[in-house]
Amino acid sequence: MTLLLSGEKTGTKLEEKFPGSIVESNRDSFLVKSEFLLPVATYIKNTPGLEFNYLASITAVDYDDYFEVVYHLTSLRHNHSLVMKTRFYDRDNPHLPSVVGLWRGADFQEREIYDLMGISFDGHPNMTRLFLWDSFEGHPLRRDYL
Amino acid sequence: MAIRTEPFVINMGPQHPSTHGVFRMRLTLDGEVVVNLEPVFGYLHRGIEKLTEGRTYAQIIPITDRLDYASPMSNNLAYVLAVEKLAEIPVPERAEYLRVIMVELQRIANHLLAVGSLLNDCGAYFTPFMYMWRERESIVDLFDMVCGQRLTYNYMRIGGVSHDVPERFLWALDKFIGRMAFFIDEYDELLAENEILLIRTKGVGILSKELAINSSASGPVLRASGVKWDIRKADPYSIYGRFQFDVPTGTTGDCYDRYRVRIEEMRQSLRIIKQALQQLPPGEVKSEVPPLLRPAPGEAYGHIESPKGELGFYLVSDGSIAPYRLHIRAPALINLTALRDMVIGWKVQDAVVVLGSIDICLGEVDR
Repeated sequence: MTLLLSGEKTGTKLEEKFPGSIVESNRDSFLVKSEFLLPVATYIKNTPGLEFNYLASITAVDYDDYFEVVYHLTSLRHNHSLVMKTRFYDRDNPHLPSVVGLWRGADFQEREIYDLMGISFDGHPNMTRLFLWDSFEGHPLRRDYL
Repeated sequence: MAIRTEPFVINMGPQHPSTHGVFRMRLTLDGEVVVNLEPVFGYLHRGIEKLTEGRTYAQIIPITDRLDYASPMSNNLAYVLAVEKLAEIPVPERAEYLRVIMVELQRIANHLLAVGSLLNDCGAYFTPFMYMWRERESIVDLFDMVCGQRLTYNYMRIGGVSHDVPERFLWALDKFIGRMAFFIDEYDELLAENEILLIRTKGVGILSKELAINSSASGPVLRASGVKWDIRKADPYSIYGRFQFDVPTGTTGDCYDRYRVRIEEMRQSLRIIKQALQQLPPGEVKSEVPPLLRPAPGEAYGHIESPKGELGFYLVSDGSIAPYRLHIRAPALINLTALRDMVIGWKVQDAVVVLGSIDICLGEVDR
């Protein structure tokens, strides 16, 4: 069985390494501040014992007050997984650092989130819409899109 | 005098027989050699994730049929597993076995289609394809007996399957298993040393192990690159822990390895079906689930090894009758991430073969 690492334990460990980076953590996931997303992601990818070398999925959820981006990570070597989340509170111009440099698998998924949810990823080599045409207005997966 | 040349941009697709649907590759060519490739998506985008936000949990099952329409049973299973995980619903034993039989039959049907159309793309025009299609038809007939549908099965339910299989299904399945083992050997004999196949696929479109992992490739594409990773083994869902089977892998990650992995996987699927058929217990096939299911607020990520790779459903519930958010992790889309790296440097006709060997289904890529 793929072992789901406790968000609490990993969160505490990361908080020691990067003070102020973890907002909250529970059994299933931990929430990282968006400024710390890249250093934390780099750390969990490269640290022996964690080695999250496989990014299974990225997705975004619109909770009206904020956007939450969810990363499902797996380590093929240790067969364990982890759920990392980050939030962005500004609805007008949401942007987060891109993780394409760490995991190429994020390429289309980040473009999809930009297309449908309107969160842009800084540092993505080709931040354009994936499915809809360029002149399309709005982002359909937002809760206020009708 | 040197001849002045310049790069040339052509659009392959969206209407092109080798793109297996409405997919477009914008190729930049230097003579015949591909120097850049940009995939263009969205011609079949139906907004499925948005659609699900206005439907009850049970009403979403038929929508999942329309994702990867070459393997609807697997999509059904991935979705109902995610809902069962979210709402903690038990599944009767017999239903678990029936589910495994259906998705493994579906894997064979999908791989027959994938290998058949790969051979078509290689230029072995329609002869191997028709052989594959013949066997795929018998699987479709089996599904027809079970649920009355040949394409969009809508067979799985939250907490089980829609109804038990008829008596003649088990008899027909038994006959099919015996026949299919023979046919897989026949394909292997016909194709494994086939000159067209070897020349067109050996060493073509190599995907290295490192890039395969880094670009989140999954399924046969990942395994052909030498990564022994199968969710049925690594994170057994349903009752996969009870069956004996091997995970075939490739060595070089070229198109030929991807073809070989699919052929071997069909054999392994037959092994699983045989064991499931022997162990199939009697009993109920569906547990009691309220028609308007209201899972407690929370979230769940359920994933399975679909024929094309890791198919995941991320569900967020707010306690109402419809999901707050449903995201589909589509293996076919993510497997295309490394397409550019695999095709650059090869000729136009190789781009067709590489795309064929990835095995995409546009219903799932665009959603």
